[in-house]
Amino acid sequence: MGAIANFLHAIPLELIIIQTINGVVTGMILALIASGLTLIFGIMDVVNFAHGELFMLGAYVGVVIVAVTGSFWLGLIASALIVGIFGAALQIVTLRPLIGRDPLNTILATFGISLVLQNYALWQFGPVSRKIPDPMSSSFTLFYLQYPWYRIVIALLSAAIIGGFYLFLKYSKFGVWIRATAQDRVMAQAMGIPVPLVYTGVFAIGSAMAAASGVLFAPTTGVDHSMGLDWVLKAFIVVVVGGMGNLGGSILAAIFISLLESYAAIWLDPSQAVIVSFVALILTLLFRPTGLFVATPK
Amino acid sequence: MTTAPLDKPMQIGKARLNHTQIFWIGFCVVMAVLIVAPLLLPEFWRRFLTESLIWGLLAMSSDLLIGYTGMVSFGHSAFFGLGMYGAAAALIAVKPPNLWLAIMFGLAGAGVAALFVAYFSTRLRDIYFAITTLIFSQIFYVIIFTWTEVTGGENGLIFDRPRLSVPFVYNVRFTSTTLHWFVLAVVAGSYLFLRRVTQSPFGMVLQSIRENEPRTLAIGYSVARYKMVAVMLSGLFAGLAGVLYAVQNEFAAPNFVFFLTSGETVIYNVIGGIGTLVGPIVGAGFFQLARELLSRFFGDQFPYLIPLGIVFIAMIIFLPQGILGFARRWLNR
Amino acid sequence: MSVSADSTEPLVRVDDVHTYYGKSHILHGVSLTVQPGEVVGLLGRNGVGKSTTLKTIMGLVNPSHGTVLLDGNAITGLPPHRLARLGIGYVPEDRRIFRLLTVMENLRTGLDRGGVNEDRRRALLEKVFTYFPVLAERRSQAGGTLSGGEQQMLAIARAMMLEPKIILLDEPTEGLMPRMVSQIRRIIEVLHNDGVAILLVEQNVPLTLEASQRVYVMEKGSVRHHCAASEIDVHHPVIKQYLGL
Repeated sequence: MGAIANFLHAIPLELIIIQTINGVVTGMILALIASGLTLIFGIMDVVNFAHGELFMLGAYVGVVIVAVTGSFWLGLIASALIVGIFGAALQIVTLRPLIGRDPLNTILATFGISLVLQNYALWQFGPVSRKIPDPMSSSFTLFYLQYPWYRIVIALLSAAIIGGFYLFLKYSKFGVWIRATAQDRVMAQAMGIPVPLVYTGVFAIGSAMAAASGVLFAPTTGVDHSMGLDWVLKAFIVVVVGGMGNLGGSILAAIFISLLESYAAIWLDPSQAVIVSFVALILTLLFRPTGLFVATPK
Repeated sequence: MTTAPLDKPMQIGKARLNHTQIFWIGFCVVMAVLIVAPLLLPEFWRRFLTESLIWGLLAMSSDLLIGYTGMVSFGHSAFFGLGMYGAAAALIAVKPPNLWLAIMFGLAGAGVAALFVAYFSTRLRDIYFAITTLIFSQIFYVIIFTWTEVTGGENGLIFDRPRLSVPFVYNVRFTSTTLHWFVLAVVAGSYLFLRRVTQSPFGMVLQSIRENEPRTLAIGYSVARYKMVAVMLSGLFAGLAGVLYAVQNEFAAPNFVFFLTSGETVIYNVIGGIGTLVGPIVGAGFFQLARELLSRFFGDQFPYLIPLGIVFIAMIIFLPQGILGFARRWLNR
Repeated sequence: MSVSADSTEPLVRVDDVHTYYGKSHILHGVSLTVQPGEVVGLLGRNGVGKSTTLKTIMGLVNPSHGTVLLDGNAITGLPPHRLARLGIGYVPEDRRIFRLLTVMENLRTGLDRGGVNEDRRRALLEKVFTYFPVLAERRSQAGGTLSGGEQQMLAIARAMMLEPKIILLDEPTEGLMPRMVSQIRRIIEVLHNDGVAILLVEQNVPLTLEASQRVYVMEKGSVRHHCAASEIDVHHPVIKQYLGL
């Protein structure tokens, strides 16, 4: 015990705080992506492999719109709308014909979509990463760093979007439709709820959320065709650890996993820090396969 | 009028062939074509054919899981990659490089990965299993990518091709033709072996698991054990494909361990026809050929995965049984 | 209000319908009609296809042969959510209310339709809360916390929110206490007085004969007997033969 205490003392408190903040910021973005993924799975039983690519597309659309209009916020909103509509079209063309078939088919179909989208982005935009300029360049002094305000804004905005979505789900008419469909698809239909439309709408919302995360995240790193891959993997881990279909669980899991990786990055190379999330996944699957943040294991 | 049983030859005037005879005739014809081909083809296409066979073996190993047991695995890139790196280890560590040692090391490497995956296969269903195998591929990828001292990291490993040596009998270098024949022998042998397996009582249980797992469990079969064996078998043959790849190309690289390789394998399966064993080989060949032709017509930079991906998606929607799907029942009799 | 002249166009007509579940041939040419505002009983033992008949009408199962008509228009093959909007309400066996939604939200699934203005909404809710005061009490509670009888009432109330022309009622009194059974009986009467047609599937013969104007008796996937409810009673040989009572 003493050795551990000494070990922890050796890490400067400031580093821990900085990494905590970083972890929470990344966690909120991850939560936004994972929410869309878990929503789509919970309502439609579709494992959307293309989710990372929707994130990536959103970022690229943001790049284009910001370049043309100069406004970051316009880019954010427009990207969410455009990718949302694109997602709806995608669902109608490729996923609707597969409803009722073996779930293997949708996994494969969304995987195919992700390949096509990735290669399209590579072809259209080239291998050099693009950038979206920071919408606000001010920063505050955090210990020995100049910490950009923008990162805090990302976290707050993500939280706001998720919160807004939660309210939508709870109180609006379409929200009731979504929840009813999730619980009993057949009776929802018998009550006049147009379930095929609900599915399309849910996919559109999930896509829009992914796109928004892409635009929000873009100024902190570059935008390139493979950015979706890393995030979709992390998002899947989050969704499984948080409990598939469990919105609250995914959010908690997202922050949890991001914090883990953030702290691990103190000692490990960032590309190796991902191992902790893998370990978290394996442990969850071994001991609590329904999810770490699910109230009672089913 | 009495009707003769379906599996006996029917005598209607001239002698007719039964199913087994037709199968073997077909098999021999295909083998003959593949044996003669390298003698007639230019170097590039010779190697191309060999490599297609290797991808075919990988896809076939995956079919055992997807087509016969009903388990989608994205872990085959791990099996393939570890087979490749295992072989690389043998070929680098032991001089002179020995073919059989490479095969053993490769199979051992793939076997370890398969053990991992097999354990989880019994505790997870469907989607969870698929995602977990994907994550495993990534775990191995990260380890291989970052453990530069041992695995060469990003750059991979380069080594020499071993000689074809049977102790005390002979010892020759491989030419691209003899290597092709060696690969063909391995792939054909694997096919026949796997065909025996799928037609055996063991194979029947696997298919019963695919059709209705709860019922199979209820009848009294230890589903977990059957699944584990299926994963092990599948992993070993995927590893074998990795060894062959290493021997043919004389390098090992981490990008093969990235889960996208598994994804492409699954594409070969779907295009060729799952549950046929030979369909995925055809699917692999078709895909490689299409890619080669597209890049010849439209240039190297052409994103061939866009049209091929769209074809893949369209096939899932409209032709889920794949190219050889129509022959599925026949091939499995 | 109770129309029974057979010359008028029936509200619902099922015409020689064959339905399969996979390879099982469940319905072997079922034909029946329901007139507007009429209460029609569908009797038969377990497993003869009564529920399947209702599901076929509701579009939850597609017949392989035959047609279903609503107001003279063919509705076979239309998706269930269209049929709900066209005026068919469905109350399934085992209720199937949305357990995680509140009572109010359950009602909203039927209430939130286009063309229902604020006044009509309030009127509908008031009506339902008058007939089922317990639902008014529990309106913010999750459906899953209600008792069996309360869930049954919620299921019926939810269907009423659609202002349907006909309600398909599948074994509403199953598993209910006698006091609740008579309450169901009263609700059927109220709906009938409101002009809503009812196709009632039931194992409870006396209740069915009392509540219905006409009854059909099914066995092994087809209709074996059809008469006015007043013509027979519990001891009638037809009942003995097909229901084994």
